[in-house]
Amino acid sequence: MSDSTASGEGAVNRYETEFVDFAKKMDPNDPEWLSEIRSEAIAEFAKTGFPTVRDEKWRFTNFSRMEQAAFRLRNGRAVAEPRDVATSSGFNLWGNTRLVFVDGKYAPELSSTGSLPSGVYLGVLGEAVRDAPPQLQEFLGQISPLKESPFTALNAAFMSLGAVLVVQPHAVVQEPIHLVFLSGEASANTVSHVRNLIAVGEGAQLTTLESYVGVGAESCWTNSVTELSLGDSAVLKSYRTQLEGSGAFHTSCTNCHQGRDSNYSLTTMDFGGQLSRHDIGVRLAGSGAHCDVFGLVHLRDKQHADNHTWIDHAEPHCTSNELFNGVFEGESHGVFTGRIMVREGAQRTDALQSSRNLLLSETARADAQPQLEIFADDVRCTHGATVGPIDPEALFYLRSKGLSEDEARSLLTFGFAAEILNSVEPDGWREELELLLRSRLQGN
Amino acid sequence: MLEIKGLHAGIDGKEILKGIDLTINAGEIHAIMGPNGSGKSTLSQVLAGHPSYEVISGEVAFEGTDLLELEPEDRACKGLFLAFQYPVEIRGITNAYFLRHALNARRTCEGLEELDPIDFMDLMEEKLKAINWDDSFVNRPVNEGFSGGEKKRNEILQLAVLEPKLAVLDEPDSGLDIDALKIVADAVNQLRRPDSATLIITHYQRLLNYIVPDRVHVLVNGKIATSGGSELAKELESKGYDLVKDPALVNQ
Repeated sequence: MSDSTASGEGAVNRYETEFVDFAKKMDPNDPEWLSEIRSEAIAEFAKTGFPTVRDEKWRFTNFSRMEQAAFRLRNGRAVAEPRDVATSSGFNLWGNTRLVFVDGKYAPELSSTGSLPSGVYLGVLGEAVRDAPPQLQEFLGQISPLKESPFTALNAAFMSLGAVLVVQPHAVVQEPIHLVFLSGEASANTVSHVRNLIAVGEGAQLTTLESYVGVGAESCWTNSVTELSLGDSAVLKSYRTQLEGSGAFHTSCTNCHQGRDSNYSLTTMDFGGQLSRHDIGVRLAGSGAHCDVFGLVHLRDKQHADNHTWIDHAEPHCTSNELFNGVFEGESHGVFTGRIMVREGAQRTDALQSSRNLLLSETARADAQPQLEIFADDVRCTHGATVGPIDPEALFYLRSKGLSEDEARSLLTFGFAAEILNSVEPDGWREELELLLRSRLQGN
Repeated sequence: MLEIKGLHAGIDGKEILKGIDLTINAGEIHAIMGPNGSGKSTLSQVLAGHPSYEVISGEVAFEGTDLLELEPEDRACKGLFLAFQYPVEIRGITNAYFLRHALNARRTCEGLEELDPIDFMDLMEEKLKAINWDDSFVNRPVNEGFSGGEKKRNEILQLAVLEPKLAVLDEPDSGLDIDALKIVADAVNQLRRPDSATLIITHYQRLLNYIVPDRVHVLVNGKIATSGGSELAKELESKGYDLVKDPALVNQ
């Protein structure tokens, strides 16, 4: 026990020391408010250190391997040729408007921002700090609270990389905007703190894709935070895909703050990494707001993925619909925690939550736990969780109609995933994900 | 087409079918009636090859093949079809996608080429018309969120598309109101062919007002207590199952 404490302190010290170097190298023209966030954040991280399984919120995931690995900061190090990394990843840099980051650096040669309509600001974080759109100071670091996760705090301390996307009120962005974070071999033994800020103004509409993709089996760590702000009646559809390399660690926080009558839809997919944790926090902060949160997890071998969601019904007449499906093979382990809070006064809340977990091997494991905290009386909250193998009655049903046992199994497994996949609206992207999923389910 | 001899079968070590003998020829419609718990559904599950049911003794020959030796999918391949009493919901898979795979499995067995999605949709349209249904269920996940009547109707759509030699319809009428029942009955009559046969399992006589069977068998306590023509069903309706429980009443 004393060893782990020592290494815990060691990890904190190491990041504190690294922060001193990092702060020295920062652009002296960075605004003061940003430096303040960074200093506050490293102090917060120093207080908590890495989460441990003794914390209720983190009890299903052991981060000690991550803590012990001495990840250096990825920023600014020599990188491989971005095009080569993109090619070897086999990942489709889908979409006409995209920002691509490779090994912790913006890769303009792979990015494309030419076709943006008016009323949209899209830039990388460093640039945005200089361009200073007013939404940057208003929202950056304000939507994802430092205290919510030590990883958010660490991210805030080192944030310097990511995308800033601001849509002016009533602007409608038809084409999806794709943010891609690629990690190649050059990322081995390093950590990249990705920070994205997406602010959608009143009545504006936007679709984004967020993809985290790794090449190879090296141990590396991506720690991302995406802050989302939706003005009144704003609409945001967001598709996140986590396809890190087999040796990678991935921690993410997605926090969304929703105004009145706004509509947020997130479809998140976790396929990669040896260990991943995604914290999703949606605050329905204006009456009549609606969110859909759909998740699909497919794991195999010894992969571990932990999705932790928190839907916060803070105002009346809000609705939320949460559906997470997991398919687990080998010795993999999936975790889903769905916390729904209905605050006092949030009457006429309608919250739906479902977690379904399919175990394809005897050694796979899934934990699903709904957590409901309800402080209003006129509400409807429905939740359900299932964990188990393929339903033998469904299998017999399909076989009796002529499908072979293998065919029936693969159809049922794919159907499980397709339920989430079908929520992906851009046709081309859904087809891309479907191909990927089919190939994965065939063992590739 | 189907010949059942001395069939004893059960589940969880409990014998439910206690010696069934039944012969069905091509072109015929047979009905099996019986009170709850008499073994009607067990018979349909055993014929389709549900792995939880155990055959204790007896023979089932389907066009000369030993049916009991075959896996469920191979029975389907030979032309056996079971319309489920409780159709299962298959999430995420559309009706059209599932049916195309089932049909192509059947076509492969028959030595026919598989249908591509476009040809399949043409066929589907034709079959929907034949059973007087619209296409609103085609692209919905199989049975998911369907009402009881819609689920039954969906089984009949499968029957229409797969064109089996022998269709076993397990209580296609249970839970249906009279309008829904007529729709199912019309479809079954519509699909009748001289080279195929149908075995209808039902608790109530009502369905048999709309589908007139050639033979009616009454199953009581795992055995066929009596058999007769379609008039037997009407007799049962008026006298109830006591008719067969008290053999003295039969044919009086």
